[in-house]
Amino acid sequence: MQDSLKSSSYQQLEQKSKYTNMFLRWFLYFILILFASYFIFPLYVMVVTSLKTMEEIRQGTLLSWPSGLNIESWAVAWGGRGYGAGDTFLRPYFWNSIKMVVPAVFFSTFIGAMTGYVLTKWRFKGDQWVFLFLLFGCFIPFQAILLPMARTLGVLGISNSVIGLVLVHTVYGIPFTTLFFRNYYISVPIELVKAARIDGAGFFKIFFKILLPISAPIIVVTVIWQFTQIWNDFLFGSTFSFGEAAPIQVALNNMVLSSTSVKEYNVDMASAIIAGIPTLIVYVLAGKYFIRGLTSGAVKG
Amino acid sequence: MFKWLEKNLPKIVMAPAVGLIGWFVYGFVLWTLYISFTNSKILPKYELWGFGQYEKLWASRKWLIAVDNLLIFTTLFLIFCVVIGIILAIFLDQKIRAEGLLRTIYLYPMALSFIVTGTAWKWILNPTLGIQKMFRDWGFENFTFDWLVDREMAIYTIVIAGVWQSAGFVMALFLAGLRSVEDEIVKAAKIDGASLFTVYWKILLPMMRPVFFTSFVILVHISIKSYDLIVALTQGGPGISTTMPALYMTQTAFHKSQVGLSAASAMMMFMAVAAVIIPYLYSELRRENAR
Repeated sequence: MQDSLKSSSYQQLEQKSKYTNMFLRWFLYFILILFASYFIFPLYVMVVTSLKTMEEIRQGTLLSWPSGLNIESWAVAWGGRGYGAGDTFLRPYFWNSIKMVVPAVFFSTFIGAMTGYVLTKWRFKGDQWVFLFLLFGCFIPFQAILLPMARTLGVLGISNSVIGLVLVHTVYGIPFTTLFFRNYYISVPIELVKAARIDGAGFFKIFFKILLPISAPIIVVTVIWQFTQIWNDFLFGSTFSFGEAAPIQVALNNMVLSSTSVKEYNVDMASAIIAGIPTLIVYVLAGKYFIRGLTSGAVKG
Repeated sequence: MFKWLEKNLPKIVMAPAVGLIGWFVYGFVLWTLYISFTNSKILPKYELWGFGQYEKLWASRKWLIAVDNLLIFTTLFLIFCVVIGIILAIFLDQKIRAEGLLRTIYLYPMALSFIVTGTAWKWILNPTLGIQKMFRDWGFENFTFDWLVDREMAIYTIVIAGVWQSAGFVMALFLAGLRSVEDEIVKAAKIDGASLFTVYWKILLPMMRPVFFTSFVILVHISIKSYDLIVALTQGGPGISTTMPALYMTQTAFHKSQVGLSAASAMMMFMAVAAVIIPYLYSELRRENAR
């Protein structure tokens, strides 16, 4: 008797918890989707605005759908209107950014791989202090080096040039790339290196024959991290270059802030998307590596 | 000679990195520190002038506004990023359908530059054609949302855009943290009759202490350095109401040509970052050594 009573009340309880569970589940999805719309909202607004005409923008709301695929604002953002002075458009600055990013990513990644290799496989007395010495570079607020850097670039004769920006981004990328490679190589067994040394392999042979072939994942993480950081940089770009040598973020900002005639929001939005698209593509294609970089090197603002 | 070269090859390979960082980081910070004790205007002067620039800095109304804004921004930015990040991480951890897609959506702003983010939000928040107009067109005729042009409220628009950019990142940190906890612990607690809420509140979140710490350090670091977002969104305005230290520093250096004063402000930022980072590095190293 008692047993059956117990079990029926237990069933009731289970039934009740089933309903609460279902309610909780709906609530869960509701909140998750609510936040998803908060995050997607600006991107949606950017895309539809870029496809509207100014007339539509004035008449519709942020969310209203464009009447057609008006890609003219994209053409203007990328290639200008074709009249001379005062016609700013992104194409040349996009190439400036490419010319800046490719060498800067290459050099900083290479130097980082080398230092990471030495710090883990050719350890010397005090190497931990050297690592700490380099690591601290990840954290400094760049305002503290802006003034002497501007002067140094001037003395070297490469201020306001893409080469100057390559130097700056290479140098301030080294702490991060070193951190990435050091943390990766430390888990590679030292026995591999020792065996190769007994076989007579030298410093570079060990690196290129043993370490480099297994470095693909960390190279991907490092390259993505450096690419995103350098592509998105504004502080260095705006301080050390202006006019024709400016990278794309600086050009975008100038374009949006220029107050000539009527504000064309559709062109602004198309420009913003153009400036954001390379990093977005990288993120969508290689999100896993992007996140891995973020969580292990995300000390930079 | 060759022997020596071979023996010291690793150190020679290390030399460029150490040299570059030594010069461009440590050397430059020291230079800035030195200049902050001089009376440099457009060009640096090298005779010492004492703490004059620091006195000038802390007597400047603009700098005090900048520091005030930084405190407001950091506090709100921290709270919102961490709360939203934790909620999203816990919710996503409940065997959700389309988790991958949602994660991608929450985190994609991290791939954009602050200039792109600022441009987008500036458009959304502008009173004539943005959100305010949207609600008015929908029939809420008295709806007002003009924070962007309101001296008192403009700083909060920077919080909105900043949180949008960084909350997903905190989510990723916490999700990784939650996933690294052994299933057994949760199972054992459930067998003991703990509700899901208790499991998270009493067991899992306290275990996330290191993640809280990391998020705190990273977010504070981002906020002290925040510069691009303000330039793109408000340029420090209306007036000087949304100035922050990083913006103050560059404006003083490159528009007002007060090199000494801007060096002093840069050093204040440096010290603020150091106060957060040095304990962090210390604890990280201790953890690594303990392993």
